[in-house]
Amino acid sequence: MDETIEGSFQIIGGNFANAGEASMQLKSKLVELGIDEAIIRRAAIATFEAEMNVIIYAAAGRLQYYITPHEVTIKIDDMGPGIENIELAMQEGYSTAPDWVREMGWGAGMGLPNMKKNSDEFKIDSVVGEGTTVKMIIHFS
Amino acid sequence: MTLKDVAEILEADVIADADDLNITIKNACSADMMSAVLYYHTPDSLLITGLTQPHVIRTAEIAGIKSIVFVLDKKPGDDIIALARQKKIPILCTRFCMYTASGKLYAAGLPGCLFK
Amino acid sequence: MKLSSIVESISLEVKTGKNNLQNDVTGVYISDLLSDVMANSKEGNIWITLQTHLNIVAVAGLKNLSGIIIVGNRQIQQDVLQKAESEKITVMSTPLPAFEVAGKLYQLLNG
Ligand SMILES: Nc1ncnc2c1ncn2[C@@H]1O[C@H](COP(=O)(O)OP(=O)(O)O)[C@@H](O)[C@H]1O
Ligand SMILES: [Mg+2]
Repeated sequence: MDETIEGSFQIIGGNFANAGEASMQLKSKLVELGIDEAIIRRAAIATFEAEMNVIIYAAAGRLQYYITPHEVTIKIDDMGPGIENIELAMQEGYSTAPDWVREMGWGAGMGLPNMKKNSDEFKIDSVVGEGTTVKMIIHFS
Repeated sequence: MTLKDVAEILEADVIADADDLNITIKNACSADMMSAVLYYHTPDSLLITGLTQPHVIRTAEIAGIKSIVFVLDKKPGDDIIALARQKKIPILCTRFCMYTASGKLYAAGLPGCLFK
Repeated sequence: MKLSSIVESISLEVKTGKNNLQNDVTGVYISDLLSDVMANSKEGNIWITLQTHLNIVAVAGLKNLSGIIIVGNRQIQQDVLQKAESEKITVMSTPLPAFEVAGKLYQLLNG
């Protein structure tokens, strides 16, 4: 593969029934390309947590990915409430998830730390009242 | 231990193809919080959980979990069973609670998942 | 078995409620879902969980649990510890995962 492979998926807020679908499609693409299993797992975990945040907190969002021979770039942007204090949100254990989300097994406050842990480059931008953008890069070697 | 051993120890109902019972389980993770399953290093693990939702199967697929045990006699819905079959993740259902299921498997020599 | 023996045998760090260590433990319940613990735990049970939300204190109080073991080295927010201390709920923590804590307690209590 010498060119960039791209793709994108819509993510709908509140849609728990399909939660993980976008991340699994990216995962299948990476499997198809023969990327190392452990690296695929990191990319899939980071993407899944970002996808879940759109489903839990935002009205709608989009996953975009770009795969080159060297790395995968994952961008998730949403139309949602935005994050007031990003430093606080990044703290392990901090969560504003409502009770019903906790009863579904989410809201541990480990999502953003999980994204950071599993990506080589991690960037989050957010505007209150507009939305949040997460960009992650994972190198193949 | 094999998944067959796990099924016997937990006196579990198996929702899988017969040859899935030959897969090897190296360690186990007991949790209902999906971010924890993703955070701790769980590839090749057995996930023991009380949560029966489709996103549990997707979490397992993404984390590299080999098989899922549903505790306390919880019966997964048809949507979950179909998704698990599609992802080739065998499911076991046991009447034991998470504590007893974990205790019995640990006593039989299964370690916890690597934490890193 | 007394809570203190469990603390000692699996080296738990006692965060709050140090005065309750002589209480008897009637059994163990593991879950990260509050409604599950409300429905299925029994009085005097020790509760193993990854859940660190403030409401764990209320659940432990309402169900008269003998203590909460927070596993997996999770950070516990200060407000949770303060509430637990004032409600006299024993919160303990360990780096071990829930599966292993369960395994060790099972051998201790049921083995
Ligand atoms: N896309 C988003 N839009 C709005 N708020 C968000 C978004 N992502 C994260 N947050 C905020 O950051 C907090 C921490 O996020 P995270 O680490 O994923 O943990 P959790 O989702 O378990 O609460 C969330 O509880 C929420 O307040
Ligand atoms: Mg999250």
